[in-house]
Amino acid sequence: MRICIVGCGAVGSLFAANLSLLEDVEVWAYDVSEAHVDAINERGLRLTGAGEVVGRPHATTDPQALPACDFGLVVTKAMHTEPAIAATAHAFTDGCVATVQNGLGNEEAIARHVERVIRGTTFPAGKILEPGVVQWDVKGATTLGPYDERTPLAEVERLADACTRAGMPTHAVADARGPQWRKVIFNAATNPIGALTGLTHGRVCERPDLRALVSGLVDEGKAVAAAQGIALDSDPEELIDHAARPEVGYAHKASMLQDVEARRATEIDYLSGGIVRVGSEHGVPTPLNEAIWALVKGVEQSWLE
Amino acid sequence: MTRVVVAGAGSIGSLLAAHLARVAEVAVLTRREEHAAALREHGLRVSGRSEFTVPVAAGTDPSLLPEADLLILACKGTDLEPLAVSLEGRFAGATVMTVQNGLGAEEIVAAHGSWPLLSAVTFMSGTRHGDEHVEYVLDTATWIGPFQGTTYEDARRVARLIESAGLKAEAFPDLRPAQWSKLVFNATVNGVAALTGLPHDFHFAETERLSDLGHLVRDLVDEGRAVASAAGVDFQDDPWEMNVLATQRGFRHSPSMLEDVEARRPTELESINGALVRAARRHGVPAPLQTAVYRLVKAKEASYSE
Repeated sequence: MRICIVGCGAVGSLFAANLSLLEDVEVWAYDVSEAHVDAINERGLRLTGAGEVVGRPHATTDPQALPACDFGLVVTKAMHTEPAIAATAHAFTDGCVATVQNGLGNEEAIARHVERVIRGTTFPAGKILEPGVVQWDVKGATTLGPYDERTPLAEVERLADACTRAGMPTHAVADARGPQWRKVIFNAATNPIGALTGLTHGRVCERPDLRALVSGLVDEGKAVAAAQGIALDSDPEELIDHAARPEVGYAHKASMLQDVEARRATEIDYLSGGIVRVGSEHGVPTPLNEAIWALVKGVEQSWLE
Repeated sequence: MTRVVVAGAGSIGSLLAAHLARVAEVAVLTRREEHAAALREHGLRVSGRSEFTVPVAAGTDPSLLPEADLLILACKGTDLEPLAVSLEGRFAGATVMTVQNGLGAEEIVAAHGSWPLLSAVTFMSGTRHGDEHVEYVLDTATWIGPFQGTTYEDARRVARLIESAGLKAEAFPDLRPAQWSKLVFNATVNGVAALTGLPHDFHFAETERLSDLGHLVRDLVDEGRAVASAAGVDFQDDPWEMNVLATQRGFRHSPSMLEDVEARRPTELESINGALVRAARRHGVPAPLQTAVYRLVKAKEASYSE
């Protein structure tokens, strides 16, 4: 089996390194970072932290170098999905492409370029320490499901099985929208609040007035999910409170806060913006998500001056 | 000659004190002794729309300042309570005028003395370049109205005095419509600026894309309008139009709340956004977006002050 990780950032690297240890899987890693790709090819891809792994995927910055693959796993930031899949789609003519990215709209972007798409959501997290070396912060489960009827569940199961055997526990389900929306709602209700206030996740949650705003955002997301007939696999509120515990993520700065502090483009269009867009398609009002979306876009615009 | 004491020499206080010193006897009450000393030694310099330097009396102890006919309280809203306490029993013959942003300044002052009170809101702006130098930036008017123990005629007299000093001023029989216009304008523009880091520029009036800030600004103004009308007040000027006009001037003004957040100082959030949100609750008017902005700025302040 041949799998290509499209976007070998922190989370992509976790999949690439672990999968490359399997005897029956050949792993390719496509990324735009020359330094990361060169380091991987010279010294291997090293994970440290929650697990100590040195993987040996074939890394490249050249999409034309990719062979035909059985599976793609897109792990770029959501704003890079379109160019990343446009560049690599030729490798997946006979394969399936899965996304485990944040936010909404990734499956649709991929489906514009490839036939068989797998919806997914993942919880492992990490950060790149230096080219070729990734800190593995959090282990966690991944859920995959067919995007539409063109993707056979058996193929989803084949990919999930490989990931699970590689140490990345993955479930194949018929409808992955519940887990996906639970995470989207969680991210859209908490990441931008951290980004706008500068507070860690735990400090956001311990302020009752701010926690109430988070719940207002969660409620809008739940209403948009319900309007599509999506049953959340569990309440995002539980995930939010769980993550606020000292031993879990009290001191964690949301990735969007890290982006804002580093003045990098955020995934806001695919989180709050995604909820607003899907909400309007289903006639569900989302005024708080609209407000948060506009504020974070404003933050991004303030860097351009 | 009219005797004026200006308490608080930030940019607004400095602009008022310097201009009035050309037509009245002016003393400035400052918080820091070195600020008062600098004013006594060098006078107060204005640049920008006016260019002049005037001598002013200055001190930090209200009991050592000369008596006054008009006492202008120009400190920030957050400093008003301690200032009013320090003025208790002083300036018995003076009419007191508040120029703080937001709501509630007059009530704070009234709790500490029986001075006749005038309300004012000011739309002029300046930038301090040190203790004795203020740049006069926006020459928009100061609006004045009676609050308690004063009449429209008193407001007109003070407006004429300020005009004769070279600033713009206008008196109104009832200031509340103007105060509410400015309250809602300030809560909206200051809040959005403090959260985004954007100065008050064209982004605030943009409505082309769904995520453009103009939609949020308009929705925030609409909530403010509903609160004002529940309080029995119609806007003097529509805050949305004030916003559009201000962003068309081509001058990127940094609202004070943005400057405060960037300098990691306490903001005037409570007297502006807090006052609006509390008024909404008191009148039973839903204001979810103004409430969200208020909570976010409060939390942002907490991120650097706790």
